[in-house]
Amino acid sequence: MERRKFVKRSVLGSLSAALGMDIVYGIKMPEGYTPLVLQDPDPYTLFRKDKQMVLLNDRPWNMEAQAHLLDDPVTPEKFMFIRNNGLVPENIDVENWTLTIDGEAVRQKKVYSLSDLKSKFPVHTYQLTLECGGNGRNEFDPPAKGNQWTVGAVSCAEWTGIHLADLLEDVGMTTEAIYVGYHAADIHLSRDPNKEPISRGIPIAKAMQKETLLAFAMNGKDIPLVHGHPLRLVAGGWPASTSGKWLNRLSIRNQVHDGAKMTGTSYRVPCNTVAPGEKVKDEDMCIIESMPVKSLITHPKSGAVISNGKSLKIRGHAWAGELEVSKVEYSLDFGATWNACRTNPPANRLAWQRFEATVVFPKKGYYELWSRATDSSGMGQPMVLPGWNPKGYLNNACHRIAVKVS
Amino acid sequence: MEDYSKFKQQARAIYRMMLLVLFFMIITAAGVLYLVYNPDLGSFRSTAPDSEYVEVEAPEEDDFDKIVDGIHQRTGLVDAEGLMAVVNNCTNCHSAQLVTQNRMNRERWFTTIKWMQETQNLWDLGKNEEIIVNYLVTNYPVEKKGRRANLKDIQWYDYQE
Repeated sequence: MERRKFVKRSVLGSLSAALGMDIVYGIKMPEGYTPLVLQDPDPYTLFRKDKQMVLLNDRPWNMEAQAHLLDDPVTPEKFMFIRNNGLVPENIDVENWTLTIDGEAVRQKKVYSLSDLKSKFPVHTYQLTLECGGNGRNEFDPPAKGNQWTVGAVSCAEWTGIHLADLLEDVGMTTEAIYVGYHAADIHLSRDPNKEPISRGIPIAKAMQKETLLAFAMNGKDIPLVHGHPLRLVAGGWPASTSGKWLNRLSIRNQVHDGAKMTGTSYRVPCNTVAPGEKVKDEDMCIIESMPVKSLITHPKSGAVISNGKSLKIRGHAWAGELEVSKVEYSLDFGATWNACRTNPPANRLAWQRFEATVVFPKKGYYELWSRATDSSGMGQPMVLPGWNPKGYLNNACHRIAVKVS
Repeated sequence: MEDYSKFKQQARAIYRMMLLVLFFMIITAAGVLYLVYNPDLGSFRSTAPDSEYVEVEAPEEDDFDKIVDGIHQRTGLVDAEGLMAVVNNCTNCHSAQLVTQNRMNRERWFTTIKWMQETQNLWDLGKNEEIIVNYLVTNYPVEKKGRRANLKDIQWYDYQE
């Protein structure tokens, strides 16, 4: 046996052992290639994430930021949360990547290459807030099933792409069109090729908004692999699961899209509010659309100890789904009194907004700094947990950080 | 006579060739034997890492299911009755981290298992189902959090502007 093959076989042997399964056609793997799962078992290096990011799950990959990491006006890649339902696609061939448009309500099926999309339509850039529907799930009682996100499953990056509306116009929809459902190249956890990990979508009205993009770049560069390279739907202000990654097909539906994680209890809340722990039938669950108003204190990091008599400059971000944030306030006394923060307008619609304040503490002691945003319809954040729901979505309770004055 | 000396010459040539072949065979055999007894090619390996091959930490074969301080090292699960039923049935598709993050009562675990069987290709667990759910509710019980818990795990630091 040649030495190379021999060594390769023994490496394959340990690979198989580590994976707990045989690598089919392993011996045909190209020289120097290792399966994605083991290319770099450290997700921080693999996905270029900051070491302070918190890993919730390694299969599928799920990782969140901490509040103080989200201080940049535009979220850099290293601080952007990862939410995957399946496995990251393994072989992305950008040259031959296509997007197929089909469905009951399409005039005729059409296929676009990536270069078609980039060259045929005007290109736009927006800062768009993407928050996981389950952000804040860890606070629900009784606990809700799923990744136990705390506060860090939110980002506001700069996305570049074409208006989905321009593409839909080019394809042509019939009057029956109701919903756009996405399909993508990710792999089901069971590796069953007939199953999609996730295939959600948006109603036509949301698809036609100018901020709804078919994006190919994030923060001025190709979209990172784990965030949907080479093509991603970006629907700001809605649960981030509507912003499908690794897109290869869009279906124009004559009904509400019924793909994976559109039905049952996924990304749905009870149509009518329920008591904590109450059972809810599937037919009484309604799809989440716009995310609720929320704010995050991104500076200082929780746990700051300051000297008595010194003022503290605080800042953060606030967002309100489809709406704009009209004001942000802070409280030092658990919500008994509130003080106004300076709040900036958004860079564009559906971008988060910066708020700032200078805080003076009356005396020594333990404090909790709370922030509360109110949207343009007058709806504010609750101080305790909002309505319980079986899957633990939409926790927009006031954000809190601890401060000690000594 | 001429024929005889020619024959002798040819025979000698063949003899020499045979010797050469034998010599190479012995060398090859020695090489093969060396490979068999030193599969990692220990003394041939240079000290510089060979960039062609990715270093993969081979698990110590004997303790693939090693337990340290009551924790199953490969999955992070607590070592208790039913551990291996959970490892073998619940960590094939997703990581054990998805299991340990979740706190549910018996009823909700059964519902979750049913959902995984109906939609996620989970197989029939047979009598392991009871063992698995017992393990989960015993070792990862539901914690009461109320409507808003105290801030926990605060890391205090001197704030510098």
